[in-house]
Order: sequence, then C-alpha cells, then structure tokens
Amino acid sequence: MTAITAMQAGLQSCEGCGLLSRPAPGEEEGICPRCDEELSFRKHASFQRTWAFLLAAAVCYIPANLLPVLTTTTAAGADSDTILQGVVLLWSPTGWPLSIIVLVASIMIPSAKILALGYLLITAQRGSVANNEQRIRMYRMVDFIGRWSMVDVFVDTFTAALIQLQPLMSVEPGPGLIFFAAVVVFTMLAVESFDPRLIWDSASMQAAESKEVTYA
Amino acid sequence: MWQSAPARGSDAALRTTAVRMRELASDAMNYNQPIADTSLLACQHCDLLQRIPELEPGASARCPRCNKELWRRRVDSLNRTFALTVAAVVLYIIANSVPMLGLTIVGRDAQTTVIGGALHLWNNDQKVVGVLVLFTAVIAPALQIGLMLAILIGAMRPRPPQWVAILLRYHPTTKIWSMIEVMMVGVLVALVKIADYATVVPGLALFVLWVLVFILAGISSSFDSRDVWDRIQWADEAHRDGAGEALVEGTS
Repeated sequence: MTAITAMQAGLQSCEGCGLLSRPAPGEEEGICPRCDEELSFRKHASFQRTWAFLLAAAVCYIPANLLPVLTTTTAAGADSDTILQGVVLLWSPTGWPLSIIVLVASIMIPSAKILALGYLLITAQRGSVANNEQRIRMYRMVDFIGRWSMVDVFVDTFTAALIQLQPLMSVEPGPGLIFFAAVVVFTMLAVESFDPRLIWDSASMQAAESKEVTYA
Repeated sequence: MWQSAPARGSDAALRTTAVRMRELASDAMNYNQPIADTSLLACQHCDLLQRIPELEPGASARCPRCNKELWRRRVDSLNRTFALTVAAVVLYIIANSVPMLGLTIVGRDAQTTVIGGALHLWNNDQKVVGVLVLFTAVIAPALQIGLMLAILIGAMRPRPPQWVAILLRYHPTTKIWSMIEVMMVGVLVALVKIADYATVVPGLALFVLWVLVFILAGISSSFDSRDVWDRIQWADEAHRDGAGEALVEGTS
C-alpha cells in the first residue's frame, strides 16, 4: 500500500476538529462543515509568520539577557541583577537545584528554542527529506518545553510583590523583564504558527513519485 | 399503476429541490464537502491519510509514520472529567481568594495573592508583564476550566449543540496559555530566594494551587474530544445527514 497524505488526496483536515473534507471548487477558502473553522491544506503563511515571530524573539533575546530584571534597594544602596546574575546569586549549598532550574528554563530553553525553530524552518524550506523523525521529535520538544521559560517571569513577579519592606529593603522589576517576557511569548507564537506537516511534504511528494515507499 | 408514476415523479422533483436548496445553503456559507467515512483521518503532524480503528477503552492509536498519538479512547470520559472539573472550579476560586505567600521580618508582615503579584507589576511601570502574568496565571486557567465545564454540560446531551463545537475548538488555545504549573515552580524559586532574608509563611492558596495542577493534568488525560466530536451537531447539519447516508450505503 502506498501511503498518501490528505493534501495529495485533495482533502483538507480541520485543525479544530479533525474532520476531513473536500474543498468546494473555486478560489475561496472553505469552512469546516462540522465546527465552522476556516480550512486550508497547510497553516496560512506558516513560513513567513514563524520567521517573523522567531526574528522578533531573537531580537528581544539580547536586551532580555543584558538588562537587569530585578533591582534590590536596601539602606546601603540599589543593586540590579540580570537573569544570569540571578542564577549565580541563587547558587548555594542548598539552593543549587533551583539555580539549575532557572538556568535551564531562562537561558538554555529560550536559546535552544530559537535555534531549533530556525533549523526546522530552514530544512523544511529547502525541501529536506532527511531526518524527518528527528525533526518532528524536535518540534514536539520545542512545543512541550516552551512554556517553562515563563518560570523566571513568575519568580521576579512574586519576589517583587513580597519584598516591599521600605525602608529596610525593597525589590522592583527591572527593564529586562519585559524583553524576557517578549522572548517567551514570541517563541510560543512562532511554534503555534509553524505547521509540522511542512516537515514531511517533500518526503510525501517523493513517495508519491516513486510509489515504492510504504509505511506499515 | 397510473397513479404511482406521477407520485414517483413528484417525489424525485421534491428530492432535487431539497438537494438544490442544500447546495445553495452550502454555497452561501462556503462549506467544504465532508467525506462520508469518519474513521478516515489525516495525522495533524504529518498529514498521512489513515483509517483509525475502533478502539477499546483505554487503548490508543498512533500514526505509523510520525508516531503522533491520533486518538486515545478514555474510560468513562465524561463522568470522570466532569468530577475533576467541578473540583477544579472549587479549587480555583479558593486559590484566587486567599493569600498564596507571606513573609515576616523583624516584626513586619507582608503577603500576596496571585492577582496581587500581577497588580504589583502593573503599579510599578511593568503594565505589559503584569497583564501577561494575569493572563497566564488567572484568566487563561479560568477559561480553561470554565470552557471545559460548559463543554461537558453540553456534551451530556445525546447530540451536543453547535455552541459546544465553538468552545471545543478554542479550548486547546486556553490550555497552551494556562501556566499554573509553571507559576508554581516560579513560586518555589521565589520562596527559596526570599528565605534568605525573611521567614516565609506559605499561604493556603499555595497548597490549593499544587492540588489544582494535578487536577488540571487529570482533566487533560481523562477528556476524550473525539467522542464529543463524533456526536456533535454540525455547523452544516444538512451535510452531517448526508455523511450519515453515505456511511450506510458504504457498509451495506
């Protein structure tokens, strides 16, 4: 049995409810007869939208790491910390596991996400047919771990909300926080805009041409 | 014989009119033509066309090409999810009405709720981040739980009404942006940080939120959306019936 995709069969799969349907002849985009969702073969302008969100995230990544996210004011004066300084401050004989959590969630995950999405976009746009299984696994990983970058935003929110002991000590959010939050939101939107089916399209086309590749 | 012939004729005429009206209605809304066999589906991750088998409760089907889980048939989905969702509503209300964290230092107290954290950002020139925290920690979870409750109430009917379809379509989006479990890890880190300067006093909401994290995970793993989609009232009811007829023809 030669496997074909819904698109090769001329069918559109609804992203809302999963119903398969055949588009009516004509130029206009159809609507899902079951759930009323607008239908298309692939997500609308997936490459352009994903690139746009990804570049926005990459740009925000720089000030997010260079500007302070927290400013601590004590009687002795004010002290500002970036995300990386926060990780270092948290490092102690008892606090090191949390320090690693923040390091992974705030520094490693956002950069890994940007690189991974860039790789997925470039390979899919070049029509790569290699490593499809690895690439779809990478997509799922990026989709799954993306939200965890928000950890640092919550840490800073509640630290600042609680430590309000003027004139002894107070903590205020710094200018880096908004850029950091923007990185998280933009990378999440980029993942949402990316259509994983684009990873497979070149392989599906080759399979249809050779009619030899089977999946079982 | 004479009388039956014209009757058959008008019957056919009536049917053609009905078909034409259906086509006209479909054209106006530009509905796609559904395929008759609803056991056929395309993998959402690789678009491979495949037939999904009828599953035993608890069993799951995966895409042979990309290994995406296509469907897991849940055991007693509606009742279990409903029980968990009612629990989530109660816990959510408690979690957002009592303090989550407090501290004492040299005779002074401070405490905050979840909303208080977002409000503090808003009041300190971090309005955008404040709104984001409010959205991901308060509004999106409320939508996630509220929509699920409405979906379940609608899905208890033999044929769930069309508004259930609209809620069901948006429910995954609310799940993406609802980040209570992420917030809880953030709170844990904040707690350790603060413990260096002051005595931390955990509030009731802290414990309630941890339970809520697990209840929300339970809702996700007990709800079977395919079961609701199979019974739901279609946006284009004429085509649902059409699909039904074709199915009977196909099996006979």
